[in-house]
Amino acid sequence: MFSRTYKFVITTPPLLWVTVFLLVPYALMFCYSFWSVTPAQAIVHSWNLENYQELLQKSVYWETLLRSMWIAARVMVFSLLLGYPLAYFLSFYGGKRKDLLYQMVIIPLWVSYLVRAYAWKTILGSEGVLNTLLQYVHFTRHPLEFLLYSPFAVVLTLTHIYTPFAILPIYAALEHIPRNLVEASHDLGATPAQTFWKVIFPLSIPGVVAGATFAFVLSLGDFLAPLLLGGPSGIMISNIVVSLFGAAYNWPLGAAISLGMLLIVVSLLFLSERVEKKWSFS
Amino acid sequence: MSRPSNIPRSRWLLAHASVVFAFLYLPIAVLIFYSFNGQGVGGFPPHHLTLDWYRVLFSDGAIWDSVLNSLQVALAAMGISLTFGIPAALALDRAQFPGKALFRRLVLLPLILPGIITGLSLLMLFDLTGTKLSLVTIILGHGTALISVATTEVFAGLQKLDRAQEEASLDLGADYWQTFWRVTVPNLRLPIIGAALLIFTLSMDEIAVSFFLIGRDNTLPLEIWGRLRRGITPEINAVSTIIFIFSLVTIVVWYRLRLRSEGGVDVGTELLETSEDAVAAAASTR
Repeated sequence: MFSRTYKFVITTPPLLWVTVFLLVPYALMFCYSFWSVTPAQAIVHSWNLENYQELLQKSVYWETLLRSMWIAARVMVFSLLLGYPLAYFLSFYGGKRKDLLYQMVIIPLWVSYLVRAYAWKTILGSEGVLNTLLQYVHFTRHPLEFLLYSPFAVVLTLTHIYTPFAILPIYAALEHIPRNLVEASHDLGATPAQTFWKVIFPLSIPGVVAGATFAFVLSLGDFLAPLLLGGPSGIMISNIVVSLFGAAYNWPLGAAISLGMLLIVVSLLFLSERVEKKWSFS
Repeated sequence: MSRPSNIPRSRWLLAHASVVFAFLYLPIAVLIFYSFNGQGVGGFPPHHLTLDWYRVLFSDGAIWDSVLNSLQVALAAMGISLTFGIPAALALDRAQFPGKALFRRLVLLPLILPGIITGLSLLMLFDLTGTKLSLVTIILGHGTALISVATTEVFAGLQKLDRAQEEASLDLGADYWQTFWRVTVPNLRLPIIGAALLIFTLSMDEIAVSFFLIGRDNTLPLEIWGRLRRGITPEINAVSTIIFIFSLVTIVVWYRLRLRSEGGVDVGTELLETSEDAVAAAASTR
């Protein structure tokens, strides 16, 4: 029913825009990673593998990358541990308040990232709310210094930020489970625990994988929470990239690291697709 | 769906849910509470409750300049995202063209990729083309990244659209342009308004992409960011409280709209599907 002209008119503008402002920039990042920078800080468009050699040789990049992945992995695990039971509770025990509770999960998701990271900074600091409270109730005499400017602070804050991201897809997956399957499992003599582990949990795996991917990928690339709360021991890989694009002025090396990050993200997404497909109900 | 008869009540789950909600909301509550504290951003017990920090905030010219900048950016980004996101949804729904699968995944990619990658790749584009960084480059960044929101919302709306109406309009002699404005758009009113609100809120709050594309003029999040690095007063709590109330109102309006557009896709399902799309995108670019 739609003419070729109509289709051409709706397709061309978004296609062009996305090509210029998404496809070309991503491709540029790829190109930059093979270019180099002179001592006079000019970028030379000659193709070479120097950046990648430097990445492989210098341990600081590896160590920071591993530390970032370790931070992201902890955020992922904590988000799932906090998120799964809550999603389960909402889906199966929500009752009349289900809509309200669901909205309460969504609200923090759209509350400013910066506002929430800042809130944790005011809570965890040595003069912060938590430390002064602990001193006030004589739990400790000196402020606990490990609370702020540590990987702990980064993990805590990112978990706070990404837990709603984990809850929502898990909840969606749980909601899609036909309730008569649960009833059938009971009628056939399974205990509640058996029903959970043999029926409900396997069917919720696509949601778990989606939530886990969000939490891991988004925290892996974070650079603001580490700058604000991480201190020297909480530096993440994106912070190195930021400094390479800023004061250190080595865009090609920064691009190479970004591309490495992209590669990790892409492989993870690919992996989670396999898992989601395998466990998908429909 | 309600609780099947064989699922017992669980106190443990209720307790867990309470703890998680406390974890999600307590920091925000503390932040708001200390915006009234005369004695700084921390410190227990709080002393000397006052509205002074709001007075400081309201006479702080730099903050309000950045608010104006952010409003301009958000409105312009909304314009770009809708201008290209709505046709993109239509194209995905009813046109076949080479590279369609790749296009669909590319549009959604900024939703799942860390903002730093999108921000830096755009920075390289602007640097290479000699574009001076300013609010315009931030608008281009936000507008591009948030096309994904417009496209997913409108595409979901299109799936529920009654095709007969458009067909009737065309049969009765209206041209495509008239049909688009008088039949298609009015039917997609709620998804479009919903997308617009969402894009607006996300842009007002965006920092990771803006961080790399900023020129001389700050957006509100970047202005706050600059101050956080210099030393903090409850003025930041006060501005955060106002941002919080603002997001809260927007999200409630948005959610009401969602409920009115019957059976609208919920955020959870959307995230689930988005991740699947992003996953597929990743797979196809290998």
